[in-house]
Amino acid sequence: MIEITKPQEIDVMKPVGDTFPQEKYQELDGFIESLETTKGALIEILHRAQHIFGYLPREVQLYIARKLGIPGAEVFGVVSFYSYFSTKPGGKHTISVCMGTACFVRGADKIIEGFKEKLCIGANETTKDGLFTIKDVRCIGACGLAPVVMVDGKVFGRVKVEDIEGILDLYRTKEVQHADKISGGAKQG
Amino acid sequence: MQIKSLEELNRARQEAAEKVRIRQHRDTDLTDRNILVCGGTGCLASDSLKVVKNLETIIKARGLTDKVQVVRTGCFGFCEQGPIVKIEPDNVFYVRVGPKDAKDIVDQHLVKGNRVERLLYEDPQKKEKVHTQEEMSFYKKQQRVALRNCGLIDPEDICEYIAMDGYQALGKALTQMSPAQVVDTVKKSGLRGRGGGGFPTGLKWEITGRQNSREKYIICNADEGDPGAFMDRSILEGDPHSVIEAMAIGAYAIGAQKGIVYIRAEYPLAIERLTRALGQARGRGLLGEDIFGTGFSFDIRLKYGAGAFVCGEETALINSCEGKRGEPDYKPPYPAEEGYWGYPTCVNNVETLANIPVIMNRGADWFASMGTDKSKGTKVFALAGKINNVGLVEVPMGITLREIIFDIGGGIPRGKKFKAVQTGGPSGGVITEENLDTPIDYDGLLKIGTMMGSGGMIVMDEDDNMVNIAKFYLEFTMDEACGRCGPGRIGTKRLFEMLHKITSGNATMADLDALKQLAHIVKDSALCGLCQTAPNPVVSTMKYFWNEYLEFIKDGDKSQEKDRYVLKNKIGMQP
Repeated sequence: MIEITKPQEIDVMKPVGDTFPQEKYQELDGFIESLETTKGALIEILHRAQHIFGYLPREVQLYIARKLGIPGAEVFGVVSFYSYFSTKPGGKHTISVCMGTACFVRGADKIIEGFKEKLCIGANETTKDGLFTIKDVRCIGACGLAPVVMVDGKVFGRVKVEDIEGILDLYRTKEVQHADKISGGAKQG
Repeated sequence: MQIKSLEELNRARQEAAEKVRIRQHRDTDLTDRNILVCGGTGCLASDSLKVVKNLETIIKARGLTDKVQVVRTGCFGFCEQGPIVKIEPDNVFYVRVGPKDAKDIVDQHLVKGNRVERLLYEDPQKKEKVHTQEEMSFYKKQQRVALRNCGLIDPEDICEYIAMDGYQALGKALTQMSPAQVVDTVKKSGLRGRGGGGFPTGLKWEITGRQNSREKYIICNADEGDPGAFMDRSILEGDPHSVIEAMAIGAYAIGAQKGIVYIRAEYPLAIERLTRALGQARGRGLLGEDIFGTGFSFDIRLKYGAGAFVCGEETALINSCEGKRGEPDYKPPYPAEEGYWGYPTCVNNVETLANIPVIMNRGADWFASMGTDKSKGTKVFALAGKINNVGLVEVPMGITLREIIFDIGGGIPRGKKFKAVQTGGPSGGVITEENLDTPIDYDGLLKIGTMMGSGGMIVMDEDDNMVNIAKFYLEFTMDEACGRCGPGRIGTKRLFEMLHKITSGNATMADLDALKQLAHIVKDSALCGLCQTAPNPVVSTMKYFWNEYLEFIKDGDKSQEKDRYVLKNKIGMQP
């Protein structure tokens, strides 16, 4: 079933649990103060904030609004308008499936369905273990390799449905190795 | 070193000429070699960086460092066969080079002087190895103007750009021409906006130049949103200085002091190279105060987009530059009169700008000699989809689609039959076999129900269902419609829902008529170009592939074909 609407979720009534260390806010302050003028700089500031915090939760949006002296609604209006800004934290690995036309005619729709099925989540959702987020992106410009999947900046070209499990396993084993390393290191220490 | 006059620029060009000499003059019997490795996004994705690293390591190990230079260039265009490595002055073109092939290239080619046969491109028709770029059918009919430096110079080195006559056009414009003369040259060249609209660039400059204002802006539109088109990115990645130079020329012509490049945040490599290029241009005094000692001052800053297709529309783009939601405004007033913060603003596309320095250097007449009566010069197309040679191609206007798809593109893979080609992305329409011989120009494409667009060209074969393609595009525009106007916000959604109903097999003939009617209503009533053109894929697939729509209608309903005509005549629609 196709999702007809994909609203950005933000609940103004509910306080969100995430709190961020003060240093991150200071870093953002530093950036805002370094700007020549904040006039017209909202998108730049949001880009930087997303870079610092990883995503743009309600607290951060309100913080920016107060810092700039503009209504929170204006900040949210911009955040919700642009697909680059996210109000929810992403998974550890982001799987971006290119849904550009070139990839589409070479079967990208089957690829994204495959990922959704394997991970039991929809597009722009994160798995329960916080490991993967699936994103449908518009053209990453590697049309010669269509259909293309990008996982955290690493591009997989000419992907077939059979390859999906392998790609996921690659990152799952990485995770296990990483965990082993940490626990191994702890034992030695 | 600062460049403060044309003489100093010429001196810098002479000093830098050595760097690119072996790439330009093949007849020299030099023992030096340049290895050009494609550093475009497509080739980077298939490990071209590792190829560079391996080549450098092995060259060092063989003690060839003084004789052989590895250059990371911009996009060669032949993305299907990437990563691409070219060796000059031997003019040998290697394709699909993996990191492991570096050893053979050095040991066999550079040391022993034998070509590595297995890395040469094989002509799919003749089954023969092709040795040079010029002999490859992919390049034979191409004419590279906007892409002239892509795949030839190192985009991260301003010296190489200067060696290729870079900044000569700016120097000439500032020291020898009046702004009106610059506008005149561009007008005479017949250059039209390459972003899709096709508005004459010279006229746009003239109108902006005419405004009386203490501040004016020139904006480069690098918000390439058409999925499947990547020419602007390739130009910014492969030849960023040409865009910077063109913006400075444009600023001089219209009287602007400040420039903005509005670029997609999704293009990290282009941003990195452009930022570096801006720094180098400032360092040489080619941007900033008193350029070429003429008192003309101009600087450029970057503004990042954040993922919104509508921001390619100029008024929406300006709103986004101001840090607001990227919604379009009513026109008039046009940006040329009231744009960025209310000041006269000229918005030009990347590819349009990349043509400017060549026009200034080689003259308007030279440029106007290419192309058709009303569309001059060349156009870059991103050829993709079900085609053998995916990549960027630059062809003179007036070439036919058949030449692009079958001669340059090498036809359809796996012996499948050609069905249609979509130009103009989500705003364009399909072109079928019967129109393949139409010469490509702005007006010719409009006549057959599609448009030039930014240059995306997606080829489809017999396996593709056109109703699904139309639905795919509508899902895109529905997603990207900004919500400012009703027809765009609600109309695109209803169109998508109707297409969804059709493809899931629940529609009747009445739904098809409603779809057609709504498509025309949205076309006529939407606020900006994005939604005015959004129904184009539906209208054109309905025109050429009506049968495929009918196939989705429940069997019983097909007998109603007759009633349909009655209904259609009632509401006065074209069959």
